[in-house]
Amino acid sequence: MKRFFPIDSKSEGLTLGLILFFVLLMPLLNGLVPDGSAFHVSSFQLSVWGKYLCYAILAMSLNMLWGYTGLLCLGHCLFFALGGYAFGMYLMLMIGELGAYKSTLPDFMVFLGYNELPLHWKPFYSPVVAVLAVFLVPGIVAFVFGLLAFRSRIKGVYFSILTQALTYAAALLFFRNDFTFGGNNGFTDFKYIFGADIRSEGTARGLFLASGFMLLAVYWLIAWMLQTKFGKVQKAIRDSENRVRFSGYSTTHFKVFIFVLSAMIAGMAGALYVPQSGIINPGEMWPTKGLDIVVWVAVGGRGTKIGPIIGAVLVNLLKSWSTKAYPDTWLIILGCLFVFVVLFMPNGIVGLWAQGKDLWQRRKGAGITEPEEAAA
Amino acid sequence: MKLFTIAASKMRSLVIGAACLAISGSVSFGEEDTVKVGVLHSLSGTMAISETSLRDVLLFTFDEINEAGGVLGKKIEPVVVDGASDWPLFAEKAEQLLVQDKTAVTFGCWTSVSRKSVLPVYEKYKGLLFYPVQYEGEEMSPNIFYTAEAVNQQAIPAVDYLLEEGYKKFYLIGTDYVYPQTTNLVLFEYLKSKGVPVESIGGGLREDAEGNVISAGNYTPFGHSDFQQIVAEIKAFSASGDACVINTINGDANVPFFKEFAASGLTSEDCPVVSFSLSEDEFRSLPAKDLIGHLGCWTYFMSIDTPANKKFIDGFQEWLSKTEVTGVVKDDRVTCSPMVLSYNGVYLWKAAVEKAESFDPEKVMAALKSGISFDGPGGTVTSQENHHLTKTVYIGETLETGQFSIIKSFDDVVGEPFLKGTFMPK
Repeated sequence: MKRFFPIDSKSEGLTLGLILFFVLLMPLLNGLVPDGSAFHVSSFQLSVWGKYLCYAILAMSLNMLWGYTGLLCLGHCLFFALGGYAFGMYLMLMIGELGAYKSTLPDFMVFLGYNELPLHWKPFYSPVVAVLAVFLVPGIVAFVFGLLAFRSRIKGVYFSILTQALTYAAALLFFRNDFTFGGNNGFTDFKYIFGADIRSEGTARGLFLASGFMLLAVYWLIAWMLQTKFGKVQKAIRDSENRVRFSGYSTTHFKVFIFVLSAMIAGMAGALYVPQSGIINPGEMWPTKGLDIVVWVAVGGRGTKIGPIIGAVLVNLLKSWSTKAYPDTWLIILGCLFVFVVLFMPNGIVGLWAQGKDLWQRRKGAGITEPEEAAA
Repeated sequence: MKLFTIAASKMRSLVIGAACLAISGSVSFGEEDTVKVGVLHSLSGTMAISETSLRDVLLFTFDEINEAGGVLGKKIEPVVVDGASDWPLFAEKAEQLLVQDKTAVTFGCWTSVSRKSVLPVYEKYKGLLFYPVQYEGEEMSPNIFYTAEAVNQQAIPAVDYLLEEGYKKFYLIGTDYVYPQTTNLVLFEYLKSKGVPVESIGGGLREDAEGNVISAGNYTPFGHSDFQQIVAEIKAFSASGDACVINTINGDANVPFFKEFAASGLTSEDCPVVSFSLSEDEFRSLPAKDLIGHLGCWTYFMSIDTPANKKFIDGFQEWLSKTEVTGVVKDDRVTCSPMVLSYNGVYLWKAAVEKAESFDPEKVMAALKSGISFDGPGGTVTSQENHHLTKTVYIGETLETGQFSIIKSFDDVVGEPFLKGTFMPK
């Protein structure tokens, strides 16, 4: 039975309600509670949490691919960065003549002696074009790459390695100064977004709310898709692709579709992330960033709806806190955590309860319980 | 489904935890007798090898100042954060230092991209950042003070020296990012203004549709390792015997470059290479033997023989032997220009605070702009109106030990960030 609100249980509804409450509460605490009060949320905290929400969307998009379709993409950071760059181009043009050189060209172009805006930059004066590009650019890259890879039946670890190579190649390309995207420095020092001052508290609230609602929208989309026939095929591909193909389904088309969709969601997350972090550069598409996303999903719980959100927020919260509290040893702390999760918590944080129950029942000699369906 | 019960409870605790964190962050615990100072360098990631040394020297400087009574009677309380060679994280950490810790000043950044990343943050909160590493210029933020070498305090004196020595052909090579690109464009204009013909500037030119030069020199990606073709080109270029190489290659890509250079039979006699990114500290991890006789140009060398430098080196070594800070490498430590510029920065800030009788960044910056001098390990430095320093530039020859023997110095060179388009061709 298909439902428009595909909520499986009361507690899932409650969780979503809490997320919604959090998304609405934070901007209120920022806007209405005066500075100095213990309940005031500074715009700094708001933008940090806004970034976590973007990471969560990114993790959800990877989970869609890896957790539900069995395609481990190690280069998902590429789509995130492409979305970020597409929106960043618009933000760069909105700086107008407020840059260091008082030129209508972005600073880095003046720097390198350009006299005129390159042709492919010109459409990005329009916010509509920029927003379209946020979805289309990652989508097209994913379509071309996906079609080539899936048609050649590239699977498993070979697919993962290719995605990593793809993002590495893209990063090298974007590092080049003559590629007209700012080289190593990328885009920074944005001033205006849709006519509003990007440094104002109101903008920070708006961006946070947008990230929060997009997260809920993506959650809804994923949950809705899972209960359709498409979602069933998706999971069947994950569990046994050959059987699905022998049953007469063109798995290639399914995989390309889901890859493109996932890339577009990642691109959107990137576009929301850039105005909140204030910078986009090729470092965002470096292969290690792709591995980060995989870690978030694994820590939270792969193949669960809520797991990627928990994983992304928790790991990044930990990173933000530990880079200040333990600047010398934080990598070791985080590394140990990841090793622990991989060794002892194969289903991530979300799977912990089922794991504990299982262990307890085994102790009691009640035999082995069936594993949770969603945690498979 | 049980799963979502746990998910819900997890999410609940997470949200509560998050709210607590958000709230606790906004409460500041100010102590009266200390002043918080931020240290924002990469202690992990690709830049850690260079930046950790700056963290060490900053902590040493704070201890030295605290022992002598602090600043305006307050002890410096460092807040060290790790930027992790991750540029968006740099911006986040900068904001955290300003908003949550309310640091009076931050010393930090190495790469240009990290500085570009934090610049809007310092401008938004009207903070103060001291930036200590040679850079491309073309920037003068009201909230940043650049103790760094500007292009005219490194590249231009080096070229002056080479011209003086009778070199007539210049080959430009660098890593493809903004510092080498800008430095070489400035040098290209400068060389032309000195009457060097375009044919004598090697490495290639790129022009836009109207024939304006937008890039001069030969560029390789970060971590490039195959220099065979480039060195062959240099060999042909230098066959006349009056050529030299201006090298802005970054980091470990220098190793294969100099290896290939030596392997091709070229020596510093035939064609000297002057490098701007290799200091004593880099030679802790790079072999110096292929660089013997080649040149370096900085505003400080460890080999400077003055009482101020001796005091600095001895003090640092003593601090190293005693310190209990985790992650500090104690053996075989050297000092180099970015370290000294960090050290100078702290003392200049102290002097400016004392002059302004306030920790307020705006007043401190005004005091700095009025011109403050400090007798540092590399000679006297004076802060300028344009947020840069007047200082002495040294040219040194690389020795096998990874040290430099000083062969020339230029006194009181005024730091000038905006150089592009200022030199007219002869």
